Amino acid sequence: MNRRELLKMIALTTGTAMIGGKSLFAFSDAGQSGHPFSSRDVERLDELAETILPRTDTPGAKDAGVGEFMALFVSDCYTPSEREVFYFGLAQLEARSRAAYERDFIALSGEQRLELVNELDREAMAHAQQQARRKQPTPAEALTAETQTAQNQTAETQSSQEHADSEKALPHYFTMMKQLTLFGFFTSEVGATEVLRYEAVPGRYEGCAPYNGEPAWAT
Amino acid sequence: MPDNHYDAIVVGSGISGGWAAKELTEKGLKVLLLERGRNIEHVKDYHNAHKEAWDYPHRNEPTQEMIAKHPVLRRDYPLNEATMGMWADEQANPYVEEKRFDWFRGYHVGGRSLLWGRQSYRLSPMDFEANQREGIAIDWPIRYEDIAPWYDYVERFAGIAGTQEGLDILPDGEFLPPIPLNCVEKDAAKRIKEAFGGQRHLIHSRVANITQPKPEQNRVNCQYRNKCWLGCPYGAYFSTQSATLPAAVATGNLTLRPFSIVSQVLYDKDRQRARGVEVIDAETHEVHEYTADVIFLNASTFNTTWILMNSATDVWEGGLGSSSGELGHNVMDHHFRCGASGEVEGYLDKYYFGRRPAGFYIPRFRNVGDEQRSYVRGFGYQGAASREGWDREIAELNIGADLKQALSQPGGWTIGMTGFGEMLPDHDNRISLDHSVRDKWGLPVLSIDVELKQNERDMRRDMVQDAVDLLEAAGVKNVTGDVGDYAPGMGIHEMGTARMGRDPKTSVLNSHNQVWDAPNVFVTDGACMTSSSCVNPSLTYMALTARAVDYAVEELKRGNLS
Repeated sequence: MNRRELLKMIALTTGTAMIGGKSLFAFSDAGQSGHPFSSRDVERLDELAETILPRTDTPGAKDAGVGEFMALFVSDCYTPSEREVFYFGLAQLEARSRAAYERDFIALSGEQRLELVNELDREAMAHAQQQARRKQPTPAEALTAETQTAQNQTAETQSSQEHADSEKALPHYFTMMKQLTLFGFFTSEVGATEVLRYEAVPGRYEGCAPYNGEPAWAT
Repeated sequence: MPDNHYDAIVVGSGISGGWAAKELTEKGLKVLLLERGRNIEHVKDYHNAHKEAWDYPHRNEPTQEMIAKHPVLRRDYPLNEATMGMWADEQANPYVEEKRFDWFRGYHVGGRSLLWGRQSYRLSPMDFEANQREGIAIDWPIRYEDIAPWYDYVERFAGIAGTQEGLDILPDGEFLPPIPLNCVEKDAAKRIKEAFGGQRHLIHSRVANITQPKPEQNRVNCQYRNKCWLGCPYGAYFSTQSATLPAAVATGNLTLRPFSIVSQVLYDKDRQRARGVEVIDAETHEVHEYTADVIFLNASTFNTTWILMNSATDVWEGGLGSSSGELGHNVMDHHFRCGASGEVEGYLDKYYFGRRPAGFYIPRFRNVGDEQRSYVRGFGYQGAASREGWDREIAELNIGADLKQALSQPGGWTIGMTGFGEMLPDHDNRISLDHSVRDKWGLPVLSIDVELKQNERDMRRDMVQDAVDLLEAAGVKNVTGDVGDYAPGMGIHEMGTARMGRDPKTSVLNSHNQVWDAPNVFVTDGACMTSSSCVNPSLTYMALTARAVDYAVEELKRGNLS
């Protein structure tokens, strides 16, 4: 089934399809190596990620190097306009922190950080819900649209249309940060093997195994 | 004999080319197997076979650089870090889209046998009769009985996991034990059977993943990693590398030549036979000629057709096989991405162990018997049930330790499926040569002009609604109909551009896959298909290839091909 399964990337807790990669068509400005984020930026992202997925009796986002992963993913996989939103978001994180607490985000207490990030999460969810209300055609509408576009669709018009659509629907910056935190964490070795469960070579398939509260399979 | 002469030449090393090479060499012929791309050695060259998401810098997601380099591949799931290098270089190998056509190509030894979905179903007697009964296109020149023993033959060797179901619409075969359904799927199967009076069936998917070892082929049974696309170090799924190529090599009769782009079949006007092929070395650009008594074209549907179009143009302007006026026409794919999904209540004390390279299948039930929908033919569904993972929505939990804890536990069960619909052969759906655009080797490229027609459009409405009805009958909650992005080609089941038939005036190949105009040239890849059925086609290519080789070798012995 795997070949035919839609790669169900994360619509996750953010209410938005996975940003970056093939979910959005875009132009490239390839040629960058590494990423342009400063070590201070990576530290900020790490703290933000740790607020979303903290270390408990199991490892947290920082243990999985999520800040560094976010910086790389945004640099290599995001479109230029998505990157803009993300950079803006990073600046906003600082600005909001200073406005509310007169401190850098990194210098906030755990409680303050949680308060600020919760606020951003609410804003991002509201933004995503608003966007979701605008799209979502019914299957019948989708089939009708499919027939209409098929009449004169060329590869070029299709590609430019998708690009235009993706530009219109830019998500809230915190949605990006939260998605990348979850994605970066649960697909990391630490997240997959120490928080989730991982079996490299299962050797068999059992379709009706008893379940007693163990962690979910990583893959 | 000069050292560039062989008894047989096989062009292309994918699923059907691998079979041609195996069968020909096992019958004692010296065979040259030509492959346009690089070699990939079994196990040794499966570089990513043991990698996990965290081993890729971007966790297997495409970068903007990859997206820019793959304007076609980026349209769907094949663009990822794990299989980079397993798809054709789009800059070196352009094509022209008169309408959007998603052509996903594997240019390397093994071709798309390393990347296929492995779903393996037989066409039914109804499939072979439908064109004639409905007056569509032309009649298949064979019937189910002609191919049935060859299905047996290839299933035994390839190894197909599945169950005997006794359904007319989906003939049973020689199966290994099935890959199990999970408990949600089993219960769904029961409910669907009851709700539709035994007329609709949810069964185990039939896949070319072996569930028992095949020591004689050095193949270990499936280890349930679900990493088939990375090349299987166990040889557990059928591919050229795991199965047919080693068999051919073992005979001592095979010569494999990678980096060999066949630019034309060399045609001898006087004898009305092919005498060999012209090859451009993909690395050096040098041109070579190889000669043979019999030639099998298995370069994949469109590239086989391209070779024919570029051959014997001094005799036929449209190339070898064009005298019928059908070469390059009747392009088919399977249209899909119409289905449904929903949530399953309960079963929270059940989970699974292992990762299946399979799921369930619901065979065609439309336009069977006396039923007549607004369209002809039908569709089958492929799907699976599973428990949600960390990527699910938990509305009440936003951030923090509780969110982490909740996402580290499995969520509820969901189930989903997508229909695979039959596409009718239509003369207007065609490929042709475009001499104004050239590939890296200066060769003209294909121009593709294909669209879904009304029959497919009408069918797609049922594909969504029937999926909704089936899932609701199975007790699934919050069922939604799903329509995803689909353009022709995306099914990666191109077929029909050199079809088989009974009359050289309306078909390119005869009932034994011989080109009418050059009887020592055989075409046994997807190009030969006279109709598409709704089932995945690769098993049929295998069976037709084995059957055609058997015939070709007999004809060679009788002196009819020289």
